[in-house]
Amino acid sequence: MIQLSAYVRRLAATAFTAACVFGTAAPLMAQDQGPLKIEITQGVIEPLPVAVPDFIVETTQAAEFAKQISDVIAADLVGTGLFREVPDSAYISKVTSFDSPVQYADWKAINVQGLVTGAVSVDAGGNLSVKFRVFDVFNDGQLGSGMQLGGSTNSWRRIAHKVADVVYSRITGEGAYFDSRVVFVSEAGSKQARQKRLAVMDYDGANVQYLTDASAIVLAPRFSPTGDRVLYTSYESGFPQIMMLDVGTVTRRRLPVPTESMSFAPRFSPDGRSVVYSVSTGSNTDLYRMDIASGQVARLTNTPAIETAPSFSPDGSKIVFESDRSGTQQIYIMDAAGGDAKRISFGQGRYGTPVWSPRGDLVAFTKQANGRFHIGVMRTDGSEERLLTASFLDEGPTWSPNGRVIMFTRETQGATGESALYSVDISGRNLRRVPTNSGASDPAWSPLLK
Amino acid sequence: MTQTLSTQSRKNPPRVAAFVLMSALALTACTNPDRFGAGGAGAGAAGANGGIIAGSINDPTSTAYFNQTIGDRVLFLVDQSTLTDSARGQLTQQAQWLLANPGYTAIIEGHADEQGTRDYNLALGSRRAAAVQDFLISQGVNPSRLKPITYGKERPIAVCSDESCYAQNRRAVTVLAAGAGVS
Repeated sequence: MIQLSAYVRRLAATAFTAACVFGTAAPLMAQDQGPLKIEITQGVIEPLPVAVPDFIVETTQAAEFAKQISDVIAADLVGTGLFREVPDSAYISKVTSFDSPVQYADWKAINVQGLVTGAVSVDAGGNLSVKFRVFDVFNDGQLGSGMQLGGSTNSWRRIAHKVADVVYSRITGEGAYFDSRVVFVSEAGSKQARQKRLAVMDYDGANVQYLTDASAIVLAPRFSPTGDRVLYTSYESGFPQIMMLDVGTVTRRRLPVPTESMSFAPRFSPDGRSVVYSVSTGSNTDLYRMDIASGQVARLTNTPAIETAPSFSPDGSKIVFESDRSGTQQIYIMDAAGGDAKRISFGQGRYGTPVWSPRGDLVAFTKQANGRFHIGVMRTDGSEERLLTASFLDEGPTWSPNGRVIMFTRETQGATGESALYSVDISGRNLRRVPTNSGASDPAWSPLLK
Repeated sequence: MTQTLSTQSRKNPPRVAAFVLMSALALTACTNPDRFGAGGAGAGAAGANGGIIAGSINDPTSTAYFNQTIGDRVLFLVDQSTLTDSARGQLTQQAQWLLANPGYTAIIEGHADEQGTRDYNLALGSRRAAAVQDFLISQGVNPSRLKPITYGKERPIAVCSDESCYAQNRRAVTVLAAGAGVS
């Protein structure tokens, strides 16, 4: 089913009401243990046991959503690799009312450390409301205030992701990433004639919607900083050229790069007003920057080498990119206005597709060495290189909004080789395949939705 | 419907300040049966596609002759766009044929094998197409008859994942189309 216009309409309809309406049931008690907190930077090996009992159904119409919402919350948390869900078959006490006191001893007995309770109601106007609390079981107390989130019933998954975002942030102290989307290339057909179309989905693979048909090759989409537009490369003119698609109206325009050149690898600046991209003219490929409103173009590199795969620093002041000016693909950083560039990759092998992390401290990249491909990260000065994956073909990292997870393309080899999306924590743990119902490549993560 | 290269765009580039709706762009080079160099024999089916009067392979002015007897493609070493001696010999014959058959234009497709990242391979395909284009021009072919395009690693013709296939995929293919180009 193609639902080209549904995406933004639903977003527009999802005017969330969020309020901290419930007083803290009990202040956080000082106990022998510190408050419930995962220090991710210290490296979590043993996932924290949590329970997310089915949310209470408070109105008849809420029945079809309550369990699904608690299931999505649990799946979000477990999917991080930082949490382990204690199944409801192990529960000693049942949560039968949102406001009844938590029986801490019963949860401690089954070693639950984090408990999420909630209740769901749907009013006469079809508005879904979810209220929830997070408990630090071992400290007999509530973690933060209760909250209520509302929206249309169609947006129940987004509301669940938002609840999970709050739970994640309270326990880790970090920003979250569940209420986000991924734009990617959906693939079908044989390897010689792969059909490709743009698609967008929730970060966990749900709610896939197609943005283009399969009539022309499309490559490497990128979200704008607010998620309302997508840049990508399309062959619909017969030649590779950069398109900008408005996600809301699903209308697309060609970036006004001169048509006698081939342009690709576009990426938005952090303010969303300009695009940096590659143009191939003859044997040379250089980086350019275009102001979207005026169409004014500035050339950023001027070497006979290949310069491509640009990515802005979060503050917009620098651009990281790849160049083979040294003889092989390596990673460089230059000012956003162009000029001198400093090479930062010096390890063995070839380095490409650098992407600056949202926190600004790391660059993710694709590395090719000894016939294998890796996704890795390094600091922006090139130090502390860490390879997170290894396979026949891994490429094209994209960052989760909180800079904690990287999604990328993994392709298997041979005539039946297929592309799929994978994610991995920047610690190198928790490698997972992102579920898609067809081959998929070139993921780009949106910012956290508003 | 004849296959002609879009040379209009060179004369009349769209205004830079305004976005151009894609639907208004002329589709060029999209329906040629030999796209992606899927095999010279494909020219035999060209008639069904409209555009190219393929003719017999025995007809030295036919695309079938060009594709199969002259040879429509040259191959490259890993991560290279330098023309080998054998490629130069091949392209010399292509140039002679193009000079003798001025009624054709050509799209030069540059391709890469799958051992590389997507963006880089697009740029590498451009280099390969440009190497062929430059050589043909050096042999006297009018530049307006030639248009390069890169497919990066998007259109392999051999799909195993070892060197026997990679070697076939690292290619530049001269795809003929009827039409004299701009003179």
